[in-house]
Amino acid sequence: MSNIPSDLRYTDSHEWIRDNGDGTVTIGITDHAQEQLGDLVFVETPEIGNTVESGDACAVVESVKAASDIYAPVSGEIIETNAELTDSPELVNSDAFGEGWIFQIRMEDEDNLTQLLDAEAYEAVVAEE
Amino acid sequence: MSQRTALHEQHLQAGAKMVDFAGWDMPIHYGSQIEEHHQVRQDAGMFDVSHMVILDLQGPQTRDFLRKLLANDVARLKESGKALYSCMLNHQGGIIDDLIVYYLNDTHYRIVVNAGTRDKDIAWMQEQIKGFDTELNERTDLSMIAVQGPKAREKMAGLLSDSEASEALELGVFFGKQIGTLFIARTGYTGEDGFEIMVSNEEAPGLWQKLIDAGVAPTGLGARDTLRLEAGMNLYGSDMDETISPLEAGLNWTIAWEPEDRDFIGRNALDVQRGRDDLRRFVGLVLEGRGVLRGHQKVILPDGSEGEITSGSFSPTLNQAIAMARVPASIGDRVEVEIRGKHLPARRVKMPFVRNGKSLIDK
Repeated sequence: MSNIPSDLRYTDSHEWIRDNGDGTVTIGITDHAQEQLGDLVFVETPEIGNTVESGDACAVVESVKAASDIYAPVSGEIIETNAELTDSPELVNSDAFGEGWIFQIRMEDEDNLTQLLDAEAYEAVVAEE
Repeated sequence: MSQRTALHEQHLQAGAKMVDFAGWDMPIHYGSQIEEHHQVRQDAGMFDVSHMVILDLQGPQTRDFLRKLLANDVARLKESGKALYSCMLNHQGGIIDDLIVYYLNDTHYRIVVNAGTRDKDIAWMQEQIKGFDTELNERTDLSMIAVQGPKAREKMAGLLSDSEASEALELGVFFGKQIGTLFIARTGYTGEDGFEIMVSNEEAPGLWQKLIDAGVAPTGLGARDTLRLEAGMNLYGSDMDETISPLEAGLNWTIAWEPEDRDFIGRNALDVQRGRDDLRRFVGLVLEGRGVLRGHQKVILPDGSEGEITSGSFSPTLNQAIAMARVPASIGDRVEVEIRGKHLPARRVKMPFVRNGKSLIDK
């Protein structure tokens, strides 16, 4: 069973969201997602400064096997991306919830967060697959 | 439910992630596809390829039948055990399947075809075999393990008696031989040296375990695909199919045009195609920057004409994306590949990309 930290929020498309408490969130893909994808070889991060709507495909992770879209879990502005992933996409495999983070968004409306899944609800999503 | 090979239990024990492949429940990897890839390039790995289809053809007219059935010519096989790679074509010159045929003796040949094409292959052969005194038998009693890598032969030979080991190590490239209870062939689909071993279903799990004990790592179909791509070897269903002739799949070398009076199926169609100057070229591509090439991505030539990637992936050995593509004959050294709406520069290279552990591509 993969690891699902209780202090994060989730989407049913397997992104995790950390509330940084200052109106920004950090986003990555879950341990379950990286496990399904296998060895990652390329991460295309969004452009800093872009505005995204919740549900927009805004990044791509590619494993040897396949490419997979990452969706913006909340609306807002992209303020940071993980530059380490350019040379070391495998960080997503080795530390999905930590060093493998992908980008940060400054939220347009913090209420967005309440619509995301909590750990328990996400665990149910994974269990159904 | 998916079919299972005789090694199914061994895969689960080794922690395999199983997927459906051509109706078979097969290991895609046992943890890390990239590590398994490197293991084969640097040491030795093994694949369960028991889903592939082994067919024995026996009878006085077997050779005549195969000389009609296949685009390559089995009459080239003079020494017992020698193998040949060939396409089996339809009347339009399209590829029904690619296969390996072993010449065992004048009345006995053995063929290995792809799992995904089993039903249509056998149906086609049964149709064409009419009138020839030869009989086709599927060897479902046999499993097949491919042991590949620079240390593969040595590690496999270590499991055999001294006399069997020397027989196995003396096998020339593309030769196979019944050695004790095993049919051992010096063939493969990775660009490395090694053996493909046919073994009874009963003996297969024991042999697999002995190979693990000898330090041969179980390797999944995921790594098999990146290894064969680096080695410049075509994959049926991706790089060619029934609408593609060998002339547009980089397989001209597998067509035996001589002798001219050998009337193999598809010959007339190929003869016509051969004279055309608009045949598409089958080429290797390397992506210059970051990203991953994938099948069906569009290839754009400087003159605006377009081709398509037939198979592509990330090459663990080269640490960059590589692909095979079918493109217009006007191709030069540089192209662009469309990836998610962006046009990224790629370079045309000669295949194979990698052979015997070494990159053949200029950086």
